[in-house]
Amino acid sequence: MSAHSPIRVKTLTIDGRECGAREDQTILEVARENNIFIPTLCNLPGLSNAGACRLCIVEVKGVNKLLPACVTHVSEGMEVTVNSERLAKFRRGILELVFAERNHVCSVCVTNGHCDLQSMALTLGMTHVHFPYRYPRLPVDASHERFVVDHNRCILCSRCVRVCDEIEGAHTWDIMSRGVECRVITDLAQPWGQSESCTGCGKCVQVCPTGALSEKGKSVAEMSKRRQFLPYLTLMREGRR
Amino acid sequence: MQTYVGAPQLPSDDKRWKIVEATARRHGREPHALIETLHTVQECFGYLDENALRFVASVLRVPLSRVYGAATFYHFFTLKPKGRHACVVCTGTACYIKGAPLLLKAIEQRYSIKPGETTPDGELSLLTARCLGSCGLAPAAVMDSAVLGKIAPQDILARIERGIHP
Repeated sequence: MSAHSPIRVKTLTIDGRECGAREDQTILEVARENNIFIPTLCNLPGLSNAGACRLCIVEVKGVNKLLPACVTHVSEGMEVTVNSERLAKFRRGILELVFAERNHVCSVCVTNGHCDLQSMALTLGMTHVHFPYRYPRLPVDASHERFVVDHNRCILCSRCVRVCDEIEGAHTWDIMSRGVECRVITDLAQPWGQSESCTGCGKCVQVCPTGALSEKGKSVAEMSKRRQFLPYLTLMREGRR
Repeated sequence: MQTYVGAPQLPSDDKRWKIVEATARRHGREPHALIETLHTVQECFGYLDENALRFVASVLRVPLSRVYGAATFYHFFTLKPKGRHACVVCTGTACYIKGAPLLLKAIEQRYSIKPGETTPDGELSLLTARCLGSCGLAPAAVMDSAVLGKIAPQDILARIERGIHP
């Protein structure tokens, strides 16, 4: 072994295509480098991976279960299938469950037309929800002077939690409780406007994939998200370390 | 939000805060001591109120929202004061099949409390657990740390009554 431990290169096939990858890369990263599409919702370049949405599940030969591509590292000789009828069916099913879990009513949503969840449903060809809707009664918190959180639209992707912790450094957001009771909270589950740690930077609003976090004063379909700052901030902060 | 340099300020003169602080100190006041410190609060005070959550957050330098997340994720922690007596009904698979819902229904009818609630007089809290690990005793319940196995609805009501009014 030399003093400079070289980054090892692994070769794997994704949908039959030979790909080369560094050993610290995930299947999702390699697929993106090779222009192979894997659907994702919780992933956002510049943030850590949470493996929360499970849309990026892939088949790996020799492994019985489906693995999330965003948190599965590559290994030598891996044979990955990212597009199959079976995967498409599961992904649609996962998406349908997301829709059934809360109140996603696109026609009256601030992000109608700019929504990651909505466009993902189109991309994956989800036409119906085969599960009964839960219609939970969830609050809308408009106590912050500039932003609104609408729990009815939240898919618990945890992007807001990660951007607040990793980029802003405030960790105002987190997820409380467990299972079906889960909810995003600010500080001690107090109204956002009374949060002591929130700096009001609005990064969480920009990274939110749906209309769960939006700016005040935006009406139906007026809220489009601005995310260019994220790769820039990540790059600049890494350079400083 | 409280931040501090040096020794943390205790919320009051209550000696129990010193015990909580000692737990934090034993773990070097590192963020990973969060659950351990919440355990101490739960044991000393019986529940976690806002003061306690804020204190733990400031001592360990953990964000408030993470403290709240951990406190609500684990069933062991309660944010409201518990009753003087606690009855835990197991709702694991074996107990569920053997009639745990009937036990809960009987208790709910008698005391008008649902799982997780406490009677208005503060005498009894009803809790559920996902498997006590005593599936052979199904349906099982725990009344004030006494395990009751293969218990019928009328028996559990009698046992609770004896617990509350000895």
